[in-house]
Amino acid sequence: MIKRIAGAIREFKVYVILAPIFVGLEVFLEVLTPYLMAQLLDKGINVPGGDMGQILKYGLLIAACALVSLIFGACCGVATSRASAGFARNLRHDMYHKVQEYSFANIDKFSTASIVTRLTSDVNNVQQALMTIVRVLVRCPLMMIFALFFCLRINGRITLIFLCAVPVLAVGLFILMTHAHPIFERVFKKYDRLNEVVEEDLRGIRVVKSFVREDFERNKFKTASNDIFHEFVTAERILSFNRPLMMVCMYTCQLLVYWLGAQIIVNSGGTEMTVGTLTSFMSYATQLLMSLMMLSHVFVMITMSKASAVRIDEILTEKGDIQNPADPVMEVKDGSVKFKNVNFGYGRTGDGRLCLTDINLDIASGQTIGIIGGTGSSKSTLVQLIPRLYDVTGGSIEVGGVDVRDYDMTVLRDAVSVVLQKNVLFSGTLKDNLRWGKEDATDEEMIHACQLAQAHDFISAMPEGYDTFIEQGGSNVSGGQKQRICIARALLKKPKILILDDSTSAVDTATDASIRRAFREEIPDTTKFIIAQRISSVQEADKIIVLENGQVNGFGTHDELLENNEIYREVFMSQQKGGGDFDGEQG
Amino acid sequence: MANKDNMKKVPNMPPRDEKDVPNQFKDLGIEMPQGKSAASRRMRVNPTLRGGHGPGPRGGHRGPKMKMTDDIKALIKRLIWGYVVKPYFARIVLVILCIIASAVVSAASGIFLGKLIDGYIMPLATAVNPDFSGLFRAIMVMAGVFLLGIITEWLRQWLMITLGQGVLRDIRNSMFDHMQSLPIKYFDTHTYGKVMSHFTNDTDTLRQLISMTIPQTLSSMITIVVVFVSMVSQSFWLTLVVLAFVAFMLFVTGKIGGVSSKFFVKQQYSLAVVNGYIEEMISGQKVVKVFCHEETAKREFDECNDELWENATTANTLASVLMPILGNMGNFQYAVVAIAGGALAVAGAGITLGNIAAFLQLSRNFTMPVTQLSEQVNSVIMAMAGAGRVFQLLDAESEIDDGEVTLVNAVENADGTLAETDKRTNVWAWKCPNAAGGYDYTKLTGHVVLTDVDFGYTDERRVLHNINLFAEPGQKVAFVGATGAGKTTITNLINRFYDVQEGTITYDGIPVKNIKKADLRRSLGIVLQDVNLFTGTVRENIRYGKLDATDEEIIAAAKLANAHGFISMLPDGYDTVLSGDGSGLSQGQRQLLAIARCAVADPPVMILDEATSSIDTRTEALVQKGMDQLMQGRTTFVIAHRLSTVQNSDVIMVLENGRIIERGNHDELIEQKGKYYQLYTGNFEEVE
Repeated sequence: MIKRIAGAIREFKVYVILAPIFVGLEVFLEVLTPYLMAQLLDKGINVPGGDMGQILKYGLLIAACALVSLIFGACCGVATSRASAGFARNLRHDMYHKVQEYSFANIDKFSTASIVTRLTSDVNNVQQALMTIVRVLVRCPLMMIFALFFCLRINGRITLIFLCAVPVLAVGLFILMTHAHPIFERVFKKYDRLNEVVEEDLRGIRVVKSFVREDFERNKFKTASNDIFHEFVTAERILSFNRPLMMVCMYTCQLLVYWLGAQIIVNSGGTEMTVGTLTSFMSYATQLLMSLMMLSHVFVMITMSKASAVRIDEILTEKGDIQNPADPVMEVKDGSVKFKNVNFGYGRTGDGRLCLTDINLDIASGQTIGIIGGTGSSKSTLVQLIPRLYDVTGGSIEVGGVDVRDYDMTVLRDAVSVVLQKNVLFSGTLKDNLRWGKEDATDEEMIHACQLAQAHDFISAMPEGYDTFIEQGGSNVSGGQKQRICIARALLKKPKILILDDSTSAVDTATDASIRRAFREEIPDTTKFIIAQRISSVQEADKIIVLENGQVNGFGTHDELLENNEIYREVFMSQQKGGGDFDGEQG
Repeated sequence: MANKDNMKKVPNMPPRDEKDVPNQFKDLGIEMPQGKSAASRRMRVNPTLRGGHGPGPRGGHRGPKMKMTDDIKALIKRLIWGYVVKPYFARIVLVILCIIASAVVSAASGIFLGKLIDGYIMPLATAVNPDFSGLFRAIMVMAGVFLLGIITEWLRQWLMITLGQGVLRDIRNSMFDHMQSLPIKYFDTHTYGKVMSHFTNDTDTLRQLISMTIPQTLSSMITIVVVFVSMVSQSFWLTLVVLAFVAFMLFVTGKIGGVSSKFFVKQQYSLAVVNGYIEEMISGQKVVKVFCHEETAKREFDECNDELWENATTANTLASVLMPILGNMGNFQYAVVAIAGGALAVAGAGITLGNIAAFLQLSRNFTMPVTQLSEQVNSVIMAMAGAGRVFQLLDAESEIDDGEVTLVNAVENADGTLAETDKRTNVWAWKCPNAAGGYDYTKLTGHVVLTDVDFGYTDERRVLHNINLFAEPGQKVAFVGATGAGKTTITNLINRFYDVQEGTITYDGIPVKNIKKADLRRSLGIVLQDVNLFTGTVRENIRYGKLDATDEEIIAAAKLANAHGFISMLPDGYDTVLSGDGSGLSQGQRQLLAIARCAVADPPVMILDEATSSIDTRTEALVQKGMDQLMQGRTTFVIAHRLSTVQNSDVIMVLENGRIIERGNHDELIEQKGKYYQLYTGNFEEVE
């Protein structure tokens, strides 16, 4: 998994290699500085009368080191940020492109929100992790090694103090981190819960207010909020020992170095150790122990970003389960549709419950087919099989005499236009939205499609007409207007088969009738599937399918079904007297 | 400690309200550059640009302005004083004492090195018979000082935890508390994402401020003072050298920091564009598939992704270059101090080796907090913008409720008078305070009267004109009419989601504005077309209507709403956990649940606003039978566009353009041969 994700680095690999090299050089110079400083103190100042020449020599050396180290550091900074930004870009690119290959079944598996989170914050987490891996994970161990090396060169005995302190601190930090880490993981879940409470409260504010549940919600929130508080406090209390532990090690080292160092200096008369080197030991102690501390934090961070990596990987490894056939058919002959013993279940390979069983239908090109059925009778599922948005579990579906699985998918879906029940408009002008149906549509074509969908009149009435800006999700047009724009968009494809999945539910009956009339007169060769709740919407169809529990309960004309289908008759009776309903468009 | 901070970041935050990100910069007087890519232009991120026209390219962009305006000062005062200092005063005093102690200890450690060299090592080295007992004592004293430092440091951390987290919790809770009291109007004018971002983005920046910036600023300032004094005590001249150097460093930081924050803003902007694009397109992914729009979607995404990449690279580069620059400037300063110190020592200016060694350590301790402090300025400004928005929410005006009439359960005495009771009696009464200081009881019958009501969501545009209507107790009143005719608005006036501009609404003879809102709403059960469910089991969701409902009551309500059948089919029946607003259920099933939720509340008056629109007609008939039974003798308001739903109502009001144009029962209206008749018979041509 790590390998797969790390693979996204691609053209930025060179930076990932360069950065540690720069870091290594920078660290070496940084560790060299205290050593040089010791020389300066010993040879320049701690000699009778002082030696300005030596002071200048070492002073300038230190300055030079700082300058070179600065350059390397900057280079490393450039390399890491290039690497991590590039990595994130490639990762987002890969994921997004992968999602484009998903079938409906794949999309159903992940919720929209979860895909968005994976593409945004999870990528961000992984990017941060890469940045720290490249920098800290190389920097800190190197710094510890170099620092120990110089310490050993100066004085082996005193270095022993460090060699004892490092494991003590390491074990201490490890214990603290392993205790605190699971709590932090829990805190994140609690945060999700908190956000969930706010989100649901906001969405359902009218429900909350009308049931007078404000206090109930307040308590719900307070519980979630206090939970976070308590978990956080527990975790941070554990972590609050972090710094004191570090300080204990640090100060102990310092005092021991002073005590032993002073004795060594005095006893050896400055041969084994000098005042200058004593001060450099202080710097090394800081470098050593701080590096260790940084490392412990980084390890925690990396384990945390692992969860993100797993979520990203799920996107990347999800198999788009509908693929183009090897030698695809590139033309759809006509709009005839044939269902042969079709079974379908949303579960993979049909092990789950079947939503559609044993469907056999034969529909000639150009017919209008109505579909009626109760809530949850799989009406939408049935039609979504035609453009191969899902693959059948058993049996086969033929469009224009060819199995849908043998077509090139673009060719098939261009020929079969679906207006989904839950349809979406995108932010952009109305024209932008219509062009989804046909990229190079002319104004005339667009107007014609809108006229068919009975959308032209209200569009023309808008101050900016076809250039009206549609807000995200089409929030600035009414439900009925949105549905008609969606129909026009689908019509622009000039499809051989047009499927309306309850697409006129918010359109008033009169307009609905006009749309159907326009279809009948203007696109007589197109096969039309119309799913509806109202009998009036399907009454004049050539054939009507009555679906019940995933099975075809009746298939025939209005009159035939009234005659011999109980369900149809019942639905008809319940709507009978009403020639229509009242939900018309204003004005 | 940057990593510790990262750990606290919450990875699973829901996507931010992207539209707010640039807005947040706008608050700071930063103008947003417009993106180059087509897609980023398409995403109309800056709300101020909303108008009919697509946003044109904006002029040159300035760097962030970081001026402390009076507003920000007032904000700081309100936030720091109101939420931090006042409730946690004693704790803060302790924290400050701890910080001072820590600073003194770390300065002492530097000075001690000097003392050690000058006072012990040098004399001992020349002594014939070195006596280490003095050194030992000094080290023991130092050990004591260090111990104190460790304890105060630990204490400070310990205190800061509950302080930081406590403040955040307090802010969160008061935000949510206040939010619950806001009128519906607030939620109409503030999008859900925007309000949500107060709880995510804005509190996030506050967390940064409270748990990182403030303690660090405090400790930096105190350390600077303590270390400065110590440095002066070591050597005046060297202190001057350090000061000069620090000034230079601040200059460099300021320069690079300024440029970097400009790019940081740009990066945030393109991040918002990318996130917005992803959110919009992924939500419409099925439409993308249906239209074979994948290639275009990929191309557009790549465009904004690359733009983000470019900006992110620049912003990150500058930021990560700054770090080694500052670090190595410290080393550079080391060299300068060493040379200067050496020169002074050689010149015999009374500086000892110990002084220099101590000074080297101290100078480090001095520059570090200075640069830290300069880095904090940025995050303070950011956090203040967040705090400003939090207070905007807290300052939003609450729903005014000056009603005094409350709703109580009652028993009817033999003489026809009413008496209050704690039991659920199916008899309700309005309890009105009377002039004598006692209470009058009026029986709740569901007699609702609207007289000459005018209403508009804004003062300029009225959506209801001169509405007169009455619902007799026990009647079923239906509203029909086109979308936007004002049907839902009327019901929203009855339960006082909104208040009328003119006219009056009375409920059993009592003006609704005299009734306490909570009691008014409790008397009205409302089922809306858009169903909102909450995360939790099916049972809990139904129980929302009546918090103390027994399992039997819940099942009875579900049966009544015809929801029992499908609930039993769910994997865990009534204990099936619904999440994501009941995403596993169909719209029709959700509506059935909403009806059950309302039925369990057993309200005296019910409003059904397109409550069965997604339920097929056969099931609807069954639901209706159950509801009619429940509401026998009680007033019901029904809004529907289906004929079958309204046909058997006692009275039907036909609305058009905010006016009632026809009223009567089904037969009467058919008789009238008006609008109702036309719609009913499907005689469209005449209607058009």
